[in-house]
Amino acid sequence: MKKKSGIIGSVVVALLLGGAGMAFAIAWRPAIAAIDPPKPQSFDASLVRRGRELAALGNCNDCHTVRGAKNFAGGLPVPTPFGTIYSSNITPDAETGIGRWSEAAFLRAMRLGVDRQGRHLYPTFPYDHFTNVSDDDDRALYAFLMTREPVHAPPRDNQLAFPLNQRVVVAGWKFLFLRPGAYKPDPTRSAEWNRGAYLVEGLAHCGACHTPRNALGAEKLNAMFAGGDVDHWRAYPINAQSPAPVPWNADALYAYLRDGFHSDHGTARGPMAEVVRNLSAVPGSDVRAIATYMADVFGAPSAEQKQRGEAALAQVKSAPAATTVDSPAGSIYVAACAGCHESGRPPPYGGINLALSTAISGSDPRNLANIVLAGVRPVEGERSPIMPGFAASMSDTQVAALLTYLRARFSKQPAWTDLGNIVAEARRTQTASMETPADARNASAASTERAKP
Amino acid sequence: MIGPFILDRRRLLAGSGALVVSFSLSGAFAEEQSAPAAPPAPKLPGSLGKSPYLDSWIRIDADGSITVFTGKAELGQGFKTAFQQIAAEELDVPFASLKVVTADTKLTANEGYTAGSHSTQDSGTAIQYAAAQARALLVAEAAKRLDLPAEGLRIENAAVIASDGRRLSYGELVAADFLHVQAEARTKPKDPAAFKVMGQPIPRVDIPAKVTGGAAYVQDLRLPDMVHARVVRPPSYGAELTNVDTATIENLPGVVKVVRDGNFLAVVAKKEFQAIKAMRALAAAAKWKETARLPNQDELLALLTTTLKSQDHAIFERSDPSVSGQKAIEATFTRPYQSHGSMGPSCAVAQFANGAMTVWTHTQGVYPDRAAIAEMLHMPPASVRLIHTEGSGCYGHNGADDAAADAALIARALPDTPVRVQWMREQEHAWEPYAPAMVTKLKASIGADGKIADWNFAVWSNTHSMRPGGAGCLLAAQHMEKPFTVPPAKPLPLPEGGGDRNAIPIYTFPNIHVMHHFLPDMPIRISAMRGLGAYHNIFSIESFMDELANLAGTDPVEFRLKHLDDPRGRDVVEKAAEQFGWHTGQQAPQDRGYGFAFARYKNLAAYCAIASEVEVNRETGRARLVLAVAAVDSGQVVNPDGLTNQIEGAIMQSSSWTLYERVSFDERRITSIDWQTYPILRFDAVPEKIDVHIINRPGKPFLGSGETGQGPAAASVANAIANATGKRLRDLPLTRKRIKDAIDA
Amino acid sequence: MMTLKVNGQDHQIDAEPDTPLLYVLRDDLKLNAAKYGCGLGQCGSCTVIVDGKAVLSCVTPVLLLEGKQVTTLEGLGTVAAPSPIQRAFMEEQAAQCGYCIAGMMMRAQALLQRNSKPTDEQIRAELEPNLCRCGTHMRILRAVHRAAQLMDTAELSPAGQRSAQ
Repeated sequence: MKKKSGIIGSVVVALLLGGAGMAFAIAWRPAIAAIDPPKPQSFDASLVRRGRELAALGNCNDCHTVRGAKNFAGGLPVPTPFGTIYSSNITPDAETGIGRWSEAAFLRAMRLGVDRQGRHLYPTFPYDHFTNVSDDDDRALYAFLMTREPVHAPPRDNQLAFPLNQRVVVAGWKFLFLRPGAYKPDPTRSAEWNRGAYLVEGLAHCGACHTPRNALGAEKLNAMFAGGDVDHWRAYPINAQSPAPVPWNADALYAYLRDGFHSDHGTARGPMAEVVRNLSAVPGSDVRAIATYMADVFGAPSAEQKQRGEAALAQVKSAPAATTVDSPAGSIYVAACAGCHESGRPPPYGGINLALSTAISGSDPRNLANIVLAGVRPVEGERSPIMPGFAASMSDTQVAALLTYLRARFSKQPAWTDLGNIVAEARRTQTASMETPADARNASAASTERAKP
Repeated sequence: MIGPFILDRRRLLAGSGALVVSFSLSGAFAEEQSAPAAPPAPKLPGSLGKSPYLDSWIRIDADGSITVFTGKAELGQGFKTAFQQIAAEELDVPFASLKVVTADTKLTANEGYTAGSHSTQDSGTAIQYAAAQARALLVAEAAKRLDLPAEGLRIENAAVIASDGRRLSYGELVAADFLHVQAEARTKPKDPAAFKVMGQPIPRVDIPAKVTGGAAYVQDLRLPDMVHARVVRPPSYGAELTNVDTATIENLPGVVKVVRDGNFLAVVAKKEFQAIKAMRALAAAAKWKETARLPNQDELLALLTTTLKSQDHAIFERSDPSVSGQKAIEATFTRPYQSHGSMGPSCAVAQFANGAMTVWTHTQGVYPDRAAIAEMLHMPPASVRLIHTEGSGCYGHNGADDAAADAALIARALPDTPVRVQWMREQEHAWEPYAPAMVTKLKASIGADGKIADWNFAVWSNTHSMRPGGAGCLLAAQHMEKPFTVPPAKPLPLPEGGGDRNAIPIYTFPNIHVMHHFLPDMPIRISAMRGLGAYHNIFSIESFMDELANLAGTDPVEFRLKHLDDPRGRDVVEKAAEQFGWHTGQQAPQDRGYGFAFARYKNLAAYCAIASEVEVNRETGRARLVLAVAAVDSGQVVNPDGLTNQIEGAIMQSSSWTLYERVSFDERRITSIDWQTYPILRFDAVPEKIDVHIINRPGKPFLGSGETGQGPAAASVANAIANATGKRLRDLPLTRKRIKDAIDA
Repeated sequence: MMTLKVNGQDHQIDAEPDTPLLYVLRDDLKLNAAKYGCGLGQCGSCTVIVDGKAVLSCVTPVLLLEGKQVTTLEGLGTVAAPSPIQRAFMEEQAAQCGYCIAGMMMRAQALLQRNSKPTDEQIRAELEPNLCRCGTHMRILRAVHRAAQLMDTAELSPAGQRSAQ
């Protein structure tokens, strides 16, 4: 952390010294006058409805709501390599929310990442994506947010070291990384593809999790969708480097995003759970567009990927595992896993057959460690996967042995290394979600709380 | 079904009694009617009509020990305790000095099913009168021996005492066959004013074992040399087992036998987990030809009202042409198939020895299930003994009867060896007979006086009971090589009814027309679940009453009272409203709503009114019960704590049904096969408070209360959601998504 | 053969290492409290305590328990000498069919050992993995609160008996 703030510090100083005028022009934005909070009835009902769908596409509630607290009232701690940022209150509360923001102020925030008073917003709020959103859609979002229940919830102080806690620093970041302006369609592509691109690059901001970031925390444009990290989970590559045993296609993506699961891939858990829950409430055509665009990003599977996919599916159909057990880890598998994962029922009726699991075939074992330790909690009253967590019954060594066994048995990938440390770290970060979360305020707890819709 | 009275019970008790009394059995929930074809017994109260000899109910030994017999089963409702209270009260003995023996085809009277909330009414009443008469006989005998008038004698500690101090204990007074006399209708039970034990919240006799790991359930039964069996059920209804290589399975560690009889397939092993692994291997090895064509789960309304043939019965008509309405509304309410969801999947132990089959089972009806199993095995019923041994709450006809049949069939293949069959969770969910889907259509109008002028109610439903039915109702018998066919479904007769239970409103309207569209075809396996048709019918009626109250511009409670003549009904309505703080013009806080509902179960059992407060998250549509206040009148209360427990439980369970539950299926198979795919209420949805207020009616007949809360709880929640959101939902379950869509619309 | 430590006693168990603890407890050791509800880790009826933590015995192979302390409901007390949680459940009559209760009690016991003064919210969150179909939830909550009180009193009493660990 110190090293990074050191780097940033130097960069910012260089910028300010080297381009004072340009920097000033970027760094300073005027305040937009406060307005009286508009009456909810003044907004057209269909515009509000459209805004609700867009907010679901943007997954706004996920960052702007703390579980158990009021909707959109902010306060969710988002851990970054630079410190913890707390999401803001975007209810129309006059004092602590955006109640006094004019439509123009809101549009500017989405387009340029500046708040009503002219202060730069930290790019944890992904305006590098939201800049793509059209004015019309921004207006709908505004209408939606301004008709929510106002909640008095003062913002929490971000935990950033100097000079990062000086918002002017962000101007430099924007100079380097923000390409402001709404999405421009590609005329050589279909309307559905463009719609998908508009949504993915814009509101859905998939790259914010799924693209690796550079040292300054910006997405690497030359490695789009090549995988990222969020809240101690691995956001898998969702391009040609996808580690999924069965290659993704548009139909599978559509089903996964819409229903939250696909029989060849598994169920959306971790931070994706809320995303798919939101996507279940938007027009199917939008999800279809996203799936079309992303299928293109994945690209057609190579011959090798196709073959691997067929082999995995064949493994699932073939005779089940022998009932004799070959090792202690194998015993764990038979007693703890096979009941659900060899039930012959696809998700959500059973656990996914592990030969199809990306968590096991991917290069990063963290997701698997997280899931094995913490399990998957039920969603109240809804059909959803339930998996017991094994943190209480298995030591780190035992979990590591199990992971090694699963990797060897269910994937064709090289063994993972350093599992002992990875499992210990996963236990630490998942712990808060495993015990009673009532008072847990630390970042890991909150971030995995987001996994539960 | 009236079984023979068994006279040899007393002689057999010495030996076989030990098996029975080693388990303490407690009660659960009552459901559908015990199913007599004969008209109700004329004069004798409760089940005495069918089993009039006192020693069917009470036995006093020479050493003074007293045993109470009931043909009913403890299902977790606390009946064992309640009956012990009743007998202790009437016999004037200390509570702890009695023991209760429950349903056993060799020992107890045939009381049909423990269902329909009949247990206290039928069995409790029989015990009450039998015990009262027994006491009178003991006193009369003492009077004879002491040569004193009976009136001067008193009873203390199971002895009759004269004023001069001479004392004859019950044990001394009894001779052989002392109680082998018929009950007399003129017997007078005790004056409630003198009650010492009845009406008291006596702690349940079964709870200590359950909280300390004592043996309490059929699942805890361990017999010497017992083996473990697991059934491999077909993947769908009517599937045919075309091929299975059992040889490999027979060689798996611990496997004793693979049993195959047509499409019935099971494996038996020495140890339990060996049986489970063998079951998994056997299931993988089995090849089935599936032919099931299930209906579309999203089109139940069309299925029930259009596709399936109906037998139409007008079950209530009242006409007053002088009264007509001005404003009319109509509504359609739907209920999906719903599952019992017993926490412990069904289990049974059977042993076939010396030509006799003994089955330990948690069936609700030992006699009918015995008859069915005997028929399945082509054995005389007298050679088959079923002993009720408590399972987890069944809430009606779950897999218990079938598990008993499975165990018997497998045990026959392994003579002398006790065979334990434990259903898997997925099997219980997929194969239990569900509560039938239902549709109701209501239409009513309000007259100038703001009251309902005419009322039309139509209900579409399958039967709500596939028992008794003989072997054809048992899965094992249906799947055997020479299968038994499912008998044709028949509606349960009124006044209790099945799909039409509580279809006739308790309110007084000038014009009433009620239709029951009975649907004999059952595309999905169904039978009785707690409340039967009453759950949905009361949900419909009480939701619609609110809609009409709204139309009339009247407060919902006031509106009900305007149409309710039954004074005890009025009392519970007023009590619940008063305790809740209900008042006209009230306004629930932001995001909350208040709802009210009332019903008298079957229009002849217990009365229950419930006022609820529900919270609805407008963003997500999530509804949560926050507060429920109930008032209940169950006649003479036996155990107030037990009654409160039942009502609280009914409210929680009904809330779960109402907000979450629906059986799911695709075109071939049931797909809701565990708690992932059939979610029920968890602690994160438990309300803040449930208050139950009992209106005791000393001396009045016992009224069945196990099911009285289900319907009112559902409607109360639905009405509160409507109050909170301004939107009326009529399709169960009232899921988060449906509420959200209604809010957004 | 392996050694399993249950309720303070060592047992020699002859079971395959992949056997879930639930079946060893019930069939080999003849203990009744932990129950088969689903075998899938979805309902909590099988909950026991291992080294102070609540564990679902139906998905815990017995080989994982080498050297660990397993506590079942039987280990907490008897009818004659009940532990605070058992007393509390009896006093509150917190059961209908009772099938889920042993699992509830063990999960609650693990909570109380960790946090002797839980709030209502914390108890609800802790019990979320455990299902009750009869609807005894309100009484279960009251019983856990009562158990906390009883444990509190027990610690303060001159006899100073700590609740069974």
